[in-house]
Amino acid sequence: MKESDLMLRHPLAAYLRQERMPHIWCEGCGNGVLLNSFFEALDKLKLDLDKVVVVSGIGCIGRAAGYVNVDSFHTTHGRAIPFATGVKLANPELEVVVISGDGDLFAIGGNHFIHAARRNVDIKVICANNFNYGMTGGQYGPTTPLGSWTTTTPYGSIEHPFNLVHLAAASGAVYVARWTTLQVRKLTDSIKKALGKEGFSFVEVISPCPEIYDRYNKLGTAVEVMKWFKLISQTQHGCTPENAEISKRQIIIGEFVDIKKPSYGRLLREMTTRVKESFQEKKAK
Amino acid sequence: MEKRNKTTLSGKHFLSGDLACAEGAIAAGCRFFGGYPITPATEIAERMARRLPEVDGVYIQMEDEIGSIAAVIGASYTGKKAMTATSGPGFSLMQENIGLAVMTEAPLVIVNIMRGGPSTGQPTMPGQQDVMQARWGSHGDYEIIAIAPSSVQEMFDLTIECFNLAETYRVPVLLLADEIIGHMWEKVEIPPREEITIINRKKPKAQPKEYKPFKPAKNLVPPMACFGEGYRFHATGLTHDEDGKPQTVSVEEQNKLVKRLCDKIRKNAEDIIKVEEVTLEDAEVAVIAYGITSRAALSAVRKARKKKIKAGLLRLITIWPFPGKLVAEIAGKVKAIIVPEMNYGQLVREVERAAKTTPVFLLSKLGEEPHRPAEIVSAIEEVLK
Ligand SMILES: Cc1ncc(C[n+]2csc(CCOP(=O)(O)OP(=O)(O)O)c2C)c(N)n1
Ligand SMILES: [Mg+2]
Repeated sequence: MKESDLMLRHPLAAYLRQERMPHIWCEGCGNGVLLNSFFEALDKLKLDLDKVVVVSGIGCIGRAAGYVNVDSFHTTHGRAIPFATGVKLANPELEVVVISGDGDLFAIGGNHFIHAARRNVDIKVICANNFNYGMTGGQYGPTTPLGSWTTTTPYGSIEHPFNLVHLAAASGAVYVARWTTLQVRKLTDSIKKALGKEGFSFVEVISPCPEIYDRYNKLGTAVEVMKWFKLISQTQHGCTPENAEISKRQIIIGEFVDIKKPSYGRLLREMTTRVKESFQEKKAK
Repeated sequence: MEKRNKTTLSGKHFLSGDLACAEGAIAAGCRFFGGYPITPATEIAERMARRLPEVDGVYIQMEDEIGSIAAVIGASYTGKKAMTATSGPGFSLMQENIGLAVMTEAPLVIVNIMRGGPSTGQPTMPGQQDVMQARWGSHGDYEIIAIAPSSVQEMFDLTIECFNLAETYRVPVLLLADEIIGHMWEKVEIPPREEITIINRKKPKAQPKEYKPFKPAKNLVPPMACFGEGYRFHATGLTHDEDGKPQTVSVEEQNKLVKRLCDKIRKNAEDIIKVEEVTLEDAEVAVIAYGITSRAALSAVRKARKKKIKAGLLRLITIWPFPGKLVAEIAGKVKAIIVPEMNYGQLVREVERAAKTTPVFLLSKLGEEPHRPAEIVSAIEEVLK
């Protein structure tokens, strides 16, 4: 049987731009798992795919936008969130999802992230956190753990990493969760939940990078890394985001924030309605 | 604030350049503004913040100019007419995403009310120092359209023209004004709505399954589907084929795309370019000017004529694409060309390139004072000696 036949028979095949295959990702990379969970979530929600927009920045995971069979845009490095903000505000009918990397969203794009969360723009952000800049060959980034090896931390990283869920919560996100690529069902549920929420939702996906980061840090093969995830993942729903630690000993996973707050879009629409009404009155006079 | 009771203004108004620009944008159909305050462009943002909700539009103040232009590209892809307005420092921050807008063929308008640079420079002072940055500011080969208004009336009219060009060619279009034009108050006559020409982007005729998002029509411009219309297409800043599929190593696709993106401006340049010619027919000296400087130049040319000096003016309304052919023709007929600019020599280089052996003189000004007609008259007399 040909590979393409297999793909055609996959229940989620319709979500993938099959003509764009093969993808650029390495064997054992977590990006495929993330994408699969995203498709599964779309499938379960039965969303109208004509109204879903996926936006990515630049990086290995940045290529995700090119693989999804919906309207999608591959922006410049770090700018997926402001682009998505423009899309969502200009057409609130659309379900706008940003899928991007730890470097893209939190180094070069960090400012956009905190402001979109603060405004509670109604976009969903899924971050593939592989602890490094995969695309450029494995340099350290804003989530690289202290002491880790990368091509630009040849003596071990001396920078303190961000705790992304803490950052997202502090910035105002209404939904914040973290999973590794091992807990696919939980991850799918979280993406589903994020898609259903009003406001800025954030799902962090701890993702293996077997060819680069995991190799430099001698974490073993992709399978070994997944086993390691299993060993050290600890579900703590409702854990204070600040305490949701990621270390060699444990990765705290779960849902950390799930609150209600009016989204930017709602407040914008309410304001516009008010302004338009008084404008019409003025006009009538 | 003057009374308004219409969606778009009409009739006579007393406005500043910045306000006229905002009103022009609304008249053109702009319904999304993403910006970040900066002198001397802030009043455009302020006017848009007040006006857009009245017409069901969206104003958002982004966290910086990088975010502003990114949001504007996003809005443009939903089918909305979108713009941002800034000045030098913000324009510098936008450069990478101007390239993205060029590459993904996003129709949008960027207003740059030029002030004194480099760096923070002189925020409240005028300048024409971003003329070359407008042309070459983003990396890679590309062509851009940049338009230079020289009155408050033109801030209104040419903002509409910018949107029309953006929609026609699927490009970012720059309105390059200067602090004086932005802050100056003048009478503006706004024609009734029905008399304003509004151009909207061409939509695809192809069915979603057959639609190729970057397959050009005859004029080299691809019809544009928008997000949410069922076409399910992909756009990327990477080099791509007609399908929008990344082509990161193909020599053929790189050549095809880069050349088409440039050629859709180059080959349509005659339709795009607008200039004003004043007493050039028998001129011995030509003054080539744009923006605020062209007002002094016009006055100087008239004064020179009164003195029986054969002087003429070529006012560039379109700066980019540069009307090189026309400048070459004029250069062939005159003894000298004078280029007054509020910078230390930018567009003069382009004039020199076109003028070949005809002598070209730069009349440079930096700082608050624009050129005075008398100075330009002296220069005209000087070059004829
Ligand atoms: C302005 C800019 N600077 C640098 C780069 C080079 N670059 C491309 S991807 C990348 C890092 C991506 O890292 P991340 O977002 O973590 O994604 P990953 O590749 O790990 O999936 C960098 C630095 C770029 N494309 N643009
Ligand atoms: Mg990464």
